[in-house]
Amino acid sequence: MEPLTWTGAAGTVLNPLLIIIAVAFAVSVLASIVSSFVFGGGRIQYGPDGMAVATGGLPGLINKALTYSFYALVGIVLAYLLVGFFTGHRGGGIIGGVAGQFAPVWVALIVTFVLSILFKRNLGLYGKLFDSVIGMVGFGLVMFWVYTALFTGIFDMIATHDPLTQVSGMKNKVPGTVLNGAEEGDYAWYLLGGDNLARDVFSRMVEGSVTVIVIAPFATLFAFMVGITLGLPAGYYGGKLDTFLSFLANLILAFPVILLFYLLVTPEIVLTGIPSYMAAVMFIFPILFVGILLNSRYYTQPNFRTPLLIGVLGIMIWFYLSGVSAKGTAINVLPPFLDLFDISGGILVVFVSVVFVNSPTVFRIVRGLALDIKTRDYVAAAQTRGEGPWYIMLWEILPNARGPLIVDFCLRVGYTTILLGTLGFFGLGLPPESPDWGSTINEGRKLLSIYLHPALPPALALLSLVLGLNLLADGLREESLKD
Amino acid sequence: MGLFILRRLGVMILTALCLTFVVFFLTNLFPNLEKLAKTQGNQRMSDEQVVSWLENRGYMDPLFVKYGRWLGVAPGFSNTLDDGTRVGNCVRPGVAEEDTPRFCGLLQGSWGLSTVFRDEVGTIVGKRLGLTGWLMLAVMCVMVPGALIIGVLAGMREGSRLDRTLSTVSITTTATPEYVSGVIFIAIFASSTVGLKWFKGTATSAMDNITWENFTLPVLTIALYGMGYIARMTRASMAEVMTAQYIRTARLKGVSFSNIVMKHALRNALIAPFTVIMLQFPWLLNGVVIVETLFNYKGFGWTLVQAAGNNDIELLLGVSVVSVIVVLTTQLISDIGYVYLNPRIRIS
Repeated sequence: MEPLTWTGAAGTVLNPLLIIIAVAFAVSVLASIVSSFVFGGGRIQYGPDGMAVATGGLPGLINKALTYSFYALVGIVLAYLLVGFFTGHRGGGIIGGVAGQFAPVWVALIVTFVLSILFKRNLGLYGKLFDSVIGMVGFGLVMFWVYTALFTGIFDMIATHDPLTQVSGMKNKVPGTVLNGAEEGDYAWYLLGGDNLARDVFSRMVEGSVTVIVIAPFATLFAFMVGITLGLPAGYYGGKLDTFLSFLANLILAFPVILLFYLLVTPEIVLTGIPSYMAAVMFIFPILFVGILLNSRYYTQPNFRTPLLIGVLGIMIWFYLSGVSAKGTAINVLPPFLDLFDISGGILVVFVSVVFVNSPTVFRIVRGLALDIKTRDYVAAAQTRGEGPWYIMLWEILPNARGPLIVDFCLRVGYTTILLGTLGFFGLGLPPESPDWGSTINEGRKLLSIYLHPALPPALALLSLVLGLNLLADGLREESLKD
Repeated sequence: MGLFILRRLGVMILTALCLTFVVFFLTNLFPNLEKLAKTQGNQRMSDEQVVSWLENRGYMDPLFVKYGRWLGVAPGFSNTLDDGTRVGNCVRPGVAEEDTPRFCGLLQGSWGLSTVFRDEVGTIVGKRLGLTGWLMLAVMCVMVPGALIIGVLAGMREGSRLDRTLSTVSITTTATPEYVSGVIFIAIFASSTVGLKWFKGTATSAMDNITWENFTLPVLTIALYGMGYIARMTRASMAEVMTAQYIRTARLKGVSFSNIVMKHALRNALIAPFTVIMLQFPWLLNGVVIVETLFNYKGFGWTLVQAAGNNDIELLLGVSVVSVIVVLTTQLISDIGYVYLNPRIRIS
């Protein structure tokens, strides 16, 4: 069996085309930047009948060149992916093989986009996202990794090998190397090469997405619960409570993040049980939040409220106890037959510290929004009606602050991803063999000047996910400002 | 104004006290002390030996007493071991018993002794801070002008193609954490197999002799992450200023576009980025830790990692005091500077 080349058979046709188109695109981008200085901004010109007419002359020509070369570039990238999708590594080499492995993700992405665009007028803010190109690109990148994590984590589909298995003779091998001693049913190549412990780089990158996609949104959600539950009263009541909570928030923010991680995320600290106690405190906030939210809305209908609260809070408290109590840690209250799941010490401490770092910033944002919104007329109206303070905070102020909060949520998931990577980069928290992106980058960087392939795929994966989240936030902001 | 600064200084001192106490508490938890005893003494010590090692050196005293000693409000600890060596937080090698001061804490100007580097914390922090100072200076020289130029160019004609391109660039840089951009830069510019080999992938030699070759990549790596954020803030503020009434008036009077940007818009547009730039200092501190680890430049960030990794209590406290002062001072400067730059805000 032969080692794979980067582009395989399709490369003989597509590679020269790609070079030509890329050069054309680069030239037209440069030309358009220069022309925007020389000819001024692209102002729309109108013909005698009031219709907009195409810009003529050199600027118009540059514009056309830019548009067409951009479409050509997108087309050629799609061509690579399509070849890979249909023929896999046989037709498309390494790129084709990778694209072929991601086949379920492509299908899921196409289905999502087609359905969303068809029904975008009935989908509220989510549908509006599909009016902006930036938002769509961002959403596409984010969903790419979400689907990858889904198919890898649940259906075990995309990865070609086990992320922890070491195969002798595959240490630091370049991308496309034939698997040493491949048996029937094995994928016969290391698509993106082997790392310095002879594990498959591609599979590790794909598996790494699961850790990020599971932890980052949940940690951000918890940080939002903490931030909202404390920030709303701080902004609404003001006074001593506000001073105290703001002081606490500023105190945490004055810590350099990495110092905090080094203090909190060590095996010694896990031994003392501090992460378990912190988790016990922080995991209460979602219960508090939901409890107050429902109670303030329905307390006038006790017949409906009481069963609702008992049901919802009962389930949440059960989950809370299962999450907090684990065998062999500081808190072990629940008998084993009631314990739904255990969070392993490494994940718990990472989760808790990430929530801890994020919540003060969310607190400050929510407090600022509450300070602004509480002066509005509808809040005064609610006060005149005699609504309770928590009703006003959660059902009048919070829904009207949702725009900035949703945008910040997207940005913050990206930031949390970066924080998780930082933790992995310093080897804190997760076990060293864990395939998460930060740890893989940290391992790969040690031999970076000789072997590039172990460090680059996780780095680019992390970059694309965070970029997607930032673009998504930008698109959401643009679209929510339009109303 | 004077009262405002005084109050802020009071809050600063309170914050610094709380913070150092938290650090002190976490580093003095028993498992951490046990690790310290084992790395300083002997890896194979039994549990009783660890406890007696810690007791002999005063580590088992109540937390507040120990914190008081570090601050310099409680008398220093000293003890003579069985083999006749004297230990204690005021004891320095080569200083006679009767010359040893009774108090030796922060108030007396003594930062303690690092257990990893076996040197005065003050000296270590000063030296490392000097090295990081050069890095920060170079980063600021690249980042601030770069970000302001990108932001102003993007914001002066909102929605133009130049704006779209530059905005995408700045979003991309904010999405690239230092450990990703550093790896990519090393791969492109420093790799010995495929790269361009323009620069060096390590900055160790820059500690003695800063050259173009060994300092470019670390500086670029830190600068890039912060640049996008400042550029976006500048763009937003510039775009807002460009829609103001007085800009329209200037246009209608026939002032040329470059004059409008340079003379009318720029000064007002730079108020908001000033605050952001000052608040970037704490972020730079993070970047510095990552980049110094990645490029092996033994500055302040590298010291933080060493101190934290080895539970070097007094060095870690010194490092946290310095970083807290940096964070809070920049906040104070940004508040005061904002008031001076923006005549619409007055602190009563």
